Amino acid sequence: MADLSVNIAGVHFNNPIIAASGTIGFGREYSEFYPLSVFGGISCKGTTLKERPGNPPPRIAETPMGMLNAVGLQNPGVEHFIREDLPWLKQQNTVAIANVAGSTQDDYCRMAEILSETDIDMIELNISCPNVKEGGVQFGTSCESVAAITRAVRACCKKPLIIKLSPNVTDIASIAKAAESEGADAVSLINTLTGMRIDINTRRPIITNVTGGMSGPAVFPVAVRMVWQVKKAVNIPVIGMGGVTTWKDAVEIMMAGADAIQIGTALFTDPYAPVRIAEGLNKYLDDHGMQSVTELTGTVIA
Amino acid sequence: MKYDAQDCRLVDVKQLTPTIYDFRLQNADLAALTRPGQFVQVYVPGKTLRRPISVCDVEGDVIRIVFEVRGEGTELLSHTRTGENINIIAPLGKGFELDPHKKTIFIGGGIGVPPMLYSARQCGKNAVVINGFRNRNAMILSEDFGKTAGKLIVTTDDGSFGIHGFVTQPLEEEIGSAEMICACGPTPMLKNIARMAREHGVPCQVSLEQRMACGIGACLGCAVAVKRDDGTTCYQHVCKDGPVFNAEEVAW
Repeated sequence: MADLSVNIAGVHFNNPIIAASGTIGFGREYSEFYPLSVFGGISCKGTTLKERPGNPPPRIAETPMGMLNAVGLQNPGVEHFIREDLPWLKQQNTVAIANVAGSTQDDYCRMAEILSETDIDMIELNISCPNVKEGGVQFGTSCESVAAITRAVRACCKKPLIIKLSPNVTDIASIAKAAESEGADAVSLINTLTGMRIDINTRRPIITNVTGGMSGPAVFPVAVRMVWQVKKAVNIPVIGMGGVTTWKDAVEIMMAGADAIQIGTALFTDPYAPVRIAEGLNKYLDDHGMQSVTELTGTVIA
Repeated sequence: MKYDAQDCRLVDVKQLTPTIYDFRLQNADLAALTRPGQFVQVYVPGKTLRRPISVCDVEGDVIRIVFEVRGEGTELLSHTRTGENINIIAPLGKGFELDPHKKTIFIGGGIGVPPMLYSARQCGKNAVVINGFRNRNAMILSEDFGKTAGKLIVTTDDGSFGIHGFVTQPLEEEIGSAEMICACGPTPMLKNIARMAREHGVPCQVSLEQRMACGIGACLGCAVAVKRDDGTTCYQHVCKDGPVFNAEEVAW
């Protein structure tokens, strides 16, 4: 049995598999399948200062080996999260990560202040949501805006701070560097790629929001490439995600440079994906005489 | 355990029409948990998303699903052979709330007919079933409903079988003595039924559909607009808050 534990920005994870924000809510529904400790950590549903209703349906469309979503950050607001979900999640023996979104820089800062006074383990700054009109990705697509929001939130955030990056940019490595230079403790990538599908019988977009965020196995090669580019550019931990479905994908994205991984869409295909990935990782490490999963990170020969 | 993802052996396959299939899936644990109006999320090899399919019936350790081939996923599923395993998450969602002693009208339109079978069985002789189809060739499950329900009425849009017209025509005659209405089918049909139920003061439950991802209430994909007590609307989710909703709650 190899050691699957990892340390990200001073936080101990029992394994490198983290549930990706927006795919697992606050954890309760998946705890029906297994104890949530099968995950090293859980990144909670993107949360905003006030309740958000989300986008009108349909919000989902399938794509070849993937899907689009435009949920639009439906959530009950940060106070509700702290009161109703966080105490329960903290008892599940997994790292609790709050995913924070906002319309203005002040929103993000206020959220970071509020959450800093709770026992949340980490904060993931969502500056890459493609499905809301204000906020979200507008903060995440230039080095200047990423530097500015990271600097502002860093100043009021007492928790380890992860910046979640958008792939819908020209140079993700320089954006990661901008986040690092302003005090990010880690980066996570990739959020979804903006996509669109049309019903050819009605000529209307399948998703009411017209565009949606694409995820699933189809985006995996893009994620591997971007993790590789970012790992070469920064010295802070890199959390890799985007279409990770099997233990082989987990090995591959870690070789590209990920210190930990997030899985999301894979949960919809197979709720037991995290269990299978952990088993497969363990066997791969044993078969290759490795003691720790950290030995995989960045070992691609390229 | 409320639900789980498990393999089920496909023990029987029937083709009911050129596009509709009848599968019997054996899994004692999941069958024992399944209630009328609930659904299952079916894994289709090679597809990212599972297919939500309503439960047609439960027969001992067998969950019966009847589905229509609508796209690649259901096409692939229809090729599964007897003896092979199918992985499902089941049972899911909130089903119909039924009182066997009340005269209940069960209304199904097209592929909305299957979930009414297990539901109508709960009310036995108190069940009046109205099933609507495009035409005679699209008609399914009439024999099953005939054995189960107190009364079975079939309508077809083109008059090739039963009453010529929509399900709302016979409903007009039956609704006077009804204590509950349960319906599943196309949205315009449900909307009309909900209106008639309101006019006659009969409680009405409707089973809704929406494009779905997780199936268990985590991803918030399958939103449906519902009215809140304060008059505003909010989004609930077909997979967890439904698929069965009180018709008065739905913001049509």
